Amino acid sequence: MARFTPHTDQDVREMLEDIGVDSVEKLFADIPKNLRPRSFDLPAGRSENETVSEFHKMARRNRTDLVSFLGGGYYDHFIPAAVDTVSSRSEFFTAYTPYQPEASQGTLRAIFEYQTMIAGIAGLDYANASLYDGGTALYEAIAMAVRTNNRKKVIIDAGVNPLFKRIVRTYVINIDVDIVEVDLKDIHTDAEKMESHLDENTAALVVQNPNFFGIVADYEKLFEEARAIGIVSILVFYPLSLGVVKTPGEMKADIAVGEGQSLGLPLSFGGPYLGLMAVEKKFVRKMPGRIVGETVDRAGRKSFVLTLQAREQHIRREKATSNICSNQALCALRAVVYLSLMGKEGFRNTALLCMERAQRLKDELKKIPGVRVPEGQTFNEFTAVLPVKAADFVERMFAAGFAAGLPTSVFYRDRENHLIIAVTEKRSIQEIDDFAAAARKVLS
Amino acid sequence: MKHIFEKSVPGRTGVDAGAVGAGAAGLMDPRFMRKSDSRLPEVSELDVMRHYIRLSQLNFSVDTHFYPLGSCTMKYNPKVNEAVSAMPGFAGVHPLMAYIGEEHVQGCLELIYNLSSILAEITGMKGVTTQPYAGAHGELTGILLMAAYHKSKGNDKKYVIVPDEAHGTNPASAAMGGYTVISIPVDRDGGMDVDLFREKMNDEVAGVMLTLPNTLGVFHRGICDIVEIARKHDAILYNDGANLNAILGKARPGDIGFDIVHMNLHKTFSTPHGGGGPGAGVVAVSDRLVDFLPVPTVARTQQGLYRLDFGHEKSIGPMSSFFGNFGVLVRAAVYIMMLGREGLIDVSEKAVLNANYIRVKLKEYFDLAVDRTCMHECVFSAKRQVQKSGVHAIDIAKALIERGFHPPTIYFPLVVDEALMIEPTETESKETIDGFIEAMIEIAKLSETDPARVKNAPNNTPVSRPDETRAARELKLTCNS
Repeated sequence: MARFTPHTDQDVREMLEDIGVDSVEKLFADIPKNLRPRSFDLPAGRSENETVSEFHKMARRNRTDLVSFLGGGYYDHFIPAAVDTVSSRSEFFTAYTPYQPEASQGTLRAIFEYQTMIAGIAGLDYANASLYDGGTALYEAIAMAVRTNNRKKVIIDAGVNPLFKRIVRTYVINIDVDIVEVDLKDIHTDAEKMESHLDENTAALVVQNPNFFGIVADYEKLFEEARAIGIVSILVFYPLSLGVVKTPGEMKADIAVGEGQSLGLPLSFGGPYLGLMAVEKKFVRKMPGRIVGETVDRAGRKSFVLTLQAREQHIRREKATSNICSNQALCALRAVVYLSLMGKEGFRNTALLCMERAQRLKDELKKIPGVRVPEGQTFNEFTAVLPVKAADFVERMFAAGFAAGLPTSVFYRDRENHLIIAVTEKRSIQEIDDFAAAARKVLS
Repeated sequence: MKHIFEKSVPGRTGVDAGAVGAGAAGLMDPRFMRKSDSRLPEVSELDVMRHYIRLSQLNFSVDTHFYPLGSCTMKYNPKVNEAVSAMPGFAGVHPLMAYIGEEHVQGCLELIYNLSSILAEITGMKGVTTQPYAGAHGELTGILLMAAYHKSKGNDKKYVIVPDEAHGTNPASAAMGGYTVISIPVDRDGGMDVDLFREKMNDEVAGVMLTLPNTLGVFHRGICDIVEIARKHDAILYNDGANLNAILGKARPGDIGFDIVHMNLHKTFSTPHGGGGPGAGVVAVSDRLVDFLPVPTVARTQQGLYRLDFGHEKSIGPMSSFFGNFGVLVRAAVYIMMLGREGLIDVSEKAVLNANYIRVKLKEYFDLAVDRTCMHECVFSAKRQVQKSGVHAIDIAKALIERGFHPPTIYFPLVVDEALMIEPTETESKETIDGFIEAMIEIAKLSETDPARVKNAPNNTPVSRPDETRAARELKLTCNS
């Protein structure tokens, strides 16, 4: 059994003597007998060696040999080794929230740079220090909008990630917010229908770019109309796409939120991920979560602190802008290191590579009889309509060594033959061509 | 020290992304394309390494310093946790695989299933969700479970009772869930005032949120009465399990009568706090709330296969995109397997031993918030120092930093003036704790002989005390603003 308590018998004896009791059990005397555990039936401990071997066995029951074209908002991007090296520095990963600035300038400065980079790629003014994930970030954005204009209706495009929408619906169940979902036209946002829903009771409008089906659009005009009647525009973005895609800032979104997993975080079966939030200047004081600000110390030296804490739960309690306390700081650190390594050129080139590779696969699949790829601009993910049920296709592609994509039937009942396929820069030309060949075989 | 942006040189890059074809940019209609600068720095990989490694050196952390931050359980994080969570069979798995081919991710599902069962046993509960990403997220989950329970019985309840010593997240979570908060003061013993509680309790109270042991570090003597009173009004008892590290194998929230408990895996089960996260706020519930748990859950078939279960029609719905912070769950599962039953009991015994040792050694020098045996943390007040020499809790904290110790939590709980909340954890040795006690005593003495020195600390850190008022007034939140 591995133990991490360093006490020798003598230590325990001496400490008990100083405390003035004769056994450790006496220290638990406040817990009445009738409240003691009815059971505590757990296995005996094991050595580190045995433990690693058990988990190794478990890990091997997950397939890691599949060549993945699975996305759906979470992508198999390349992660430079330096990201792991920095984030595994003990000084970062075994620190707490930087409440004591003199002992936490490392974390504070890194988060400050993170805020700068997230605002920079989103083309907006400010970003917070992170939220849990893309879905909870979307809820927080909606709550912010409702706080801002005190309205109740929220219009959400059906092209927003269904996982995010489900989270939002869970969260609002007990508060006074009405969610109105606007259907897609095939796989495209129905801008006219969206516009027809906008009125003076509408708190916020939510769209995603690229949308869940991979379609890229420009929402600038829609946001402009929304703004004219006091509606807050929320854009859900995919950070890596912003190497080429028009930014939330360029579209004049008020709040941009997104899943930050693509910025140097492993897929890790769903987390830890990273909730991104960037806002236009005037929303900054309504923003939830930690925010790092620059100031000076007593000697006038540049220094960094958690700021605007009067918004937060530890000060405001039930009147706080959010209940969030722990966030995803280490994930934000990974993102800032990732973006620093990328730089302007790497960021753009990675996005271009993704787009180029996806286009190649799209072109190849189009050549297969019976496969239709709906019209529309895409980035690194696109929807193909197959001549068979997408779930069956995926099943058969597993046998060929591919995770072929996401059948939309997982989330949308009426689209059984639609398959959402993602291609990242990690997929080689060879893998793409092999995938197309395997698909042709499966579909023939 | 310069920002990474100030090290930027046009044309430099830290990665070679790969060869992009000449026509790539032409694949997208320019209308949909970015025209503005991405505002990212242009630096080499070595620039990045030097910059962030140097930044790391400006931090205090568990691996470099004693970190007795009350309520945060800053215990040692075994490194094997990191090694296992980074195994490609865990770190490399796409979560949607569970939706399209669960037979290919049996290991991940098994891990979630097993960890859930173990945490149910540790807390004495019936059902578990691993979805919440952090303690506060677990609290919100609990509040929504509470609301769904009452709604299913056709009851429309409006209030949640929270004692005033509670973490700020408790009232904030209750409010986020649509409830009005009733705050109840603590009595002289440090527990919620039971008479006042009885008085305020009524059928419109949906739930009661209690931290156990509470933030004053005491095990609530009135707990049995509170359970009984709450039950009478069909209020759900919520346990903020932030302090679970004190009672492993000594008491279980389920046996006591709680219906919901959240656990902070990043506290009790040794997953690193990462400078503010990620955490994991796993929630366990009693029988009567199992049907309301977030979906999907992981079920085990008779054939021994693990699969996603969306079956609960009463479910509150998902709280997170998938199964919570899976990488954090892996770390906690590793820790629990290594320690086993006896090891976990040992954790609480040594945590409580360490805290009481500090309590008795320092009580002569600082006023105890509650003078009685404590659990895993002890809370002092610096009011004696304030009265005598104008030295405040924050000054003591800064003087500790100067002496190489991360300070305790200060000014919390709010019910204690000038609070200093010390949680040593079980992984610290007697020598380390003796060193800390010595430093505290020295600071107490210095506060009398030379208070200015305490008030000017720290002097040996990368920066001295920053001007927080200025930070909030002249907002500068990005490098280029």
